[in-house]
Amino acid sequence: MFDFKQTDQQQKKRFLLRAGVAAVFAVICFGLLGWRFWVLQVERHESLAARAENNRIAVLPIPPRRGDIFDRNGEVLARNYLSYTLEVVPGRAGNIDEMLNRLTPVVYVSSADQRRFKRRVNESGRYASIVLRNNLNETEAAWFSAHSLRFPGVELRARWVREYPQGKAAGHVVGYVGRISETDVTSLEEQGEIGNYRGTDIIGKKGIEKTYESVLHGKTGFEEVEVTARGKPVRRLRKLDPIPGSNLILSLDMNLQRIAEAAFKDQRGALVAIEPSTGDILAFVSQPSYDPNLFIDGIDVESWRRLNESPDHPLINRPVYGTYPIGSTYKPFVALAALEMNKRRATDRINDPGFFEFGGQRFRNAGSTYFGSIDMHQALVVSSDTYFYSLAPEIGVNALHDFMKPFGFGQITGIDIEGERKGVLPSTEWKRLAYKKREQQRWYAGETVSVAVGQGYNAFTLMQLAQATAVLANDGTYMRPHLVRTIKNPTSGEERLTVAEASHRIPLKTEHIQAVKRALADVTVSGTARQAFVGAPYQTAGKTGTAQVYSLKGAKYQSSAIDERLRDHALFMAFAPVKDPKIAIAVLVENAGWGGSVAAPIARKVFDEWLLRQPKAGIVAR
Amino acid sequence: MVAATTQGWDRRAMKILFKFLLRVVTAFDWPLMIVLLLLGATGLLVMHSAVGGTDWRYADHLRNLLIGLGVMWVVAMVPFQYILKLAVPFYIVGVVLLLGVEFFGSTSKGATRWLNLGFIRIQPSEMLKIAVPLMLAWYFHKRESSLRFYDFFVAGALLIVPFLLIVKQPDLGTALLVFGAGFCVIYFAGLSFKLLIPLMVAGLVGIGGILVYQNDLCQEETDWVVLHTYQKNRVCTLLNPTHDPLGKGFHIIQSTIAVGSGGVYGKGYMSGTQTHLDFIPERTTDFIFAVFAEEFGLYGGVTLLVLYLLLIFRGLAIAIGAPTHASRLLGGALTMVLFVYVFVNIGMVTGMLPVVGVPLPLLSYGGTALVTIGIACGILMSIRHYSPHAET
Repeated sequence: MFDFKQTDQQQKKRFLLRAGVAAVFAVICFGLLGWRFWVLQVERHESLAARAENNRIAVLPIPPRRGDIFDRNGEVLARNYLSYTLEVVPGRAGNIDEMLNRLTPVVYVSSADQRRFKRRVNESGRYASIVLRNNLNETEAAWFSAHSLRFPGVELRARWVREYPQGKAAGHVVGYVGRISETDVTSLEEQGEIGNYRGTDIIGKKGIEKTYESVLHGKTGFEEVEVTARGKPVRRLRKLDPIPGSNLILSLDMNLQRIAEAAFKDQRGALVAIEPSTGDILAFVSQPSYDPNLFIDGIDVESWRRLNESPDHPLINRPVYGTYPIGSTYKPFVALAALEMNKRRATDRINDPGFFEFGGQRFRNAGSTYFGSIDMHQALVVSSDTYFYSLAPEIGVNALHDFMKPFGFGQITGIDIEGERKGVLPSTEWKRLAYKKREQQRWYAGETVSVAVGQGYNAFTLMQLAQATAVLANDGTYMRPHLVRTIKNPTSGEERLTVAEASHRIPLKTEHIQAVKRALADVTVSGTARQAFVGAPYQTAGKTGTAQVYSLKGAKYQSSAIDERLRDHALFMAFAPVKDPKIAIAVLVENAGWGGSVAAPIARKVFDEWLLRQPKAGIVAR
Repeated sequence: MVAATTQGWDRRAMKILFKFLLRVVTAFDWPLMIVLLLLGATGLLVMHSAVGGTDWRYADHLRNLLIGLGVMWVVAMVPFQYILKLAVPFYIVGVVLLLGVEFFGSTSKGATRWLNLGFIRIQPSEMLKIAVPLMLAWYFHKRESSLRFYDFFVAGALLIVPFLLIVKQPDLGTALLVFGAGFCVIYFAGLSFKLLIPLMVAGLVGIGGILVYQNDLCQEETDWVVLHTYQKNRVCTLLNPTHDPLGKGFHIIQSTIAVGSGGVYGKGYMSGTQTHLDFIPERTTDFIFAVFAEEFGLYGGVTLLVLYLLLIFRGLAIAIGAPTHASRLLGGALTMVLFVYVFVNIGMVTGMLPVVGVPLPLLSYGGTALVTIGIACGILMSIRHYSPHAET
């Protein structure tokens, strides 16, 4: 079929043939186009012309109402209110400056609003409907309606506006909505959701508002209306109602949340309280917080700078974003590992002279203390580093890694909020992959020693510590932690639980769990946290700790405050009551030094509220 | 005394200037040039209506047309053998940049097409519309005397690598054009009709299958494996645009109404209601034909097709008259790419083909496409201009 040896003449001839075929092909294809013109412009001309000429149909989107967000007792965290807005289609409004000059005596438009409007005109083009002013009151709306004929292209609209009545409280949980950005458009296009957002100009940006965007948003309806030659709607032809977004009922208890936030006073830190048997998050604190209402309409430069450049970093969602070596709060889990792996019995005693010698290196107790002959129980109560140093070579880093993984350390806990970081649960494999240089990839046995007391390469989020505490309290059953308890369809009233069953169960011997729990209970009676729990009418199990400061990377330290900000973080983990735990908690107070005196009293306040006063509030939800 | 020397100098300068002007004028292939100018003028006319009067996009379009013309003129003055020498480096750079996009590209509207080189943002897929046919023409030229069957496999590989990289971005429109360009070279180089006809039959059967089974295929759950969801959506929208009138179907419904309501004579210049009431999205870019067809009707549409057909015929004529194998192949392929542009774009606007991002040459707004078309036409003119010299 191929004649490869050809003279130039033959080649030319063949090319001529092929060019001829190509030309015929092109003519046929253009013929098809011509035929299509004929179909559209002659055969279907009448019906299409009717649609275009006499019945100019506009498809107008009807944005759905966004779902509300409630706490477990029905307190509102996010809702919508109707507000009048002035919207302008620049292409129909004539000269913009002149229009604004005529408009301001009728309805006041601040110069900030004018600037923002002009910026958005440049971004969006001439035929998009752009908000000129929000929140007109009844008088202004009526006044404008009376003068509306003088302002073609300017329209008064009633639309739903989002608000967060709780302000700063639980700000990091709820997050906020903001204007749909170009990035949002991209991802909406990818999901094929862009049509569903026509007529909507906000989208969830942070927190629950973001993670549950698809549930909260609802489905956009539309109506087909006949419009006059000037684009004014005259008759509705067809209407498909929008489907409102679902409401969310959080597991959060706002009473508890407020008390937890207040307990921090003006200190920076984080707190997560979980109901162990369900995985319900009862309180989720990131201090300092911010007011999400600032973001709804696009935050102003001044507020943004204040939030973004504050040395306190109010925008960082500390419980899921900050990763720390969690120090002594890791010890209960290491103790449990030693018991489960039969490396040591609870009754075995070792001598603590104040240091542990390993490979010619001395690992000292914090604060140069020594405890003499101690068993596991005492080691946890007094927080002996030496005892846990001595466990390290016996357990080994990889076995420890495998044991801690199902507790959620160094893993994504699966909490339903965006921006969760994984942290580091060290192992030899991890180190090999984490470093580029060969000599750094090697794991040194001495490094296992620091890891066993929660220092070294360990880097966990406070969320992970709270979850591991809840799993321990729950005897090894892992319930995925969640802020949203139920999703409620507002039309059918149908409710759906977000987490109905356990993700996995860690097989643990009851006697081992009990041994650790007993020791932790003594910590709050005679150990490092005894002062915080004096006179508590319930039994608490807990452990104090301190976290060395080098996390929260990217933090811009102010030189005047540098000393204070390099101090250790105070940590506390606990659950109560010891039998049948109702609440598990992890608390971190930044640069506050020692956990027992700062973090534990915060936990006490939260426990008192939940265990002693909770029946009043709790009845509503159950 | 000064006058004498200046006179001599003047004469020499005049001679050089005259030679230069002659070259400028002869560099243009006038039949091609006239068609291009007519199309360009039509473009300006339609753009004026599409933007609703004088607007910055109108001025921009004029500027882009002039830039395209300038590029064409420069390319037209480069002898073809020099252009051919650029084939390999041009192709390699193009593929490397595509790989760069794959790994370091920036994403916009769900597709990664741009590469930021620090001082400039470029879209490498665009240059492959020229680089791929050029490379293939060079290859067949190289193998001219000892062409074997296996050369077609090599050519296929040279074509398929950049094609797949562009599909992956994803940019179906550009991928289609690059594939079309490369495929045309292979076709002109002598790919057997015995292979070609089964391929076309398979394609037709595939399209027929989609039409018959559209209801099943367009279910949400169906995964089309080779195509992105948004590409699947486009095909499904074409089959049934009323399915999603707010989103994907909107473009097709509105542009079909615009074209159809234009009727035989059109609604008249500047009086297209669809256009001026803002019903046609993308009316300055990919959907500009809807504006044209609404205002100038069937007569206008057919006239425009005739103009494009003249462009294609002239291009093919240049290719047929070209002296070397390489110039024939490249000339033919570039011409057929222009054909693909027109066919795909108008087919899309009239609802015959799915929505893929292919502009209408010389009418659509957009500088990059105009430069590419300028280069393509420039190469055609270079082939034409230098053929007699090359032959003798």
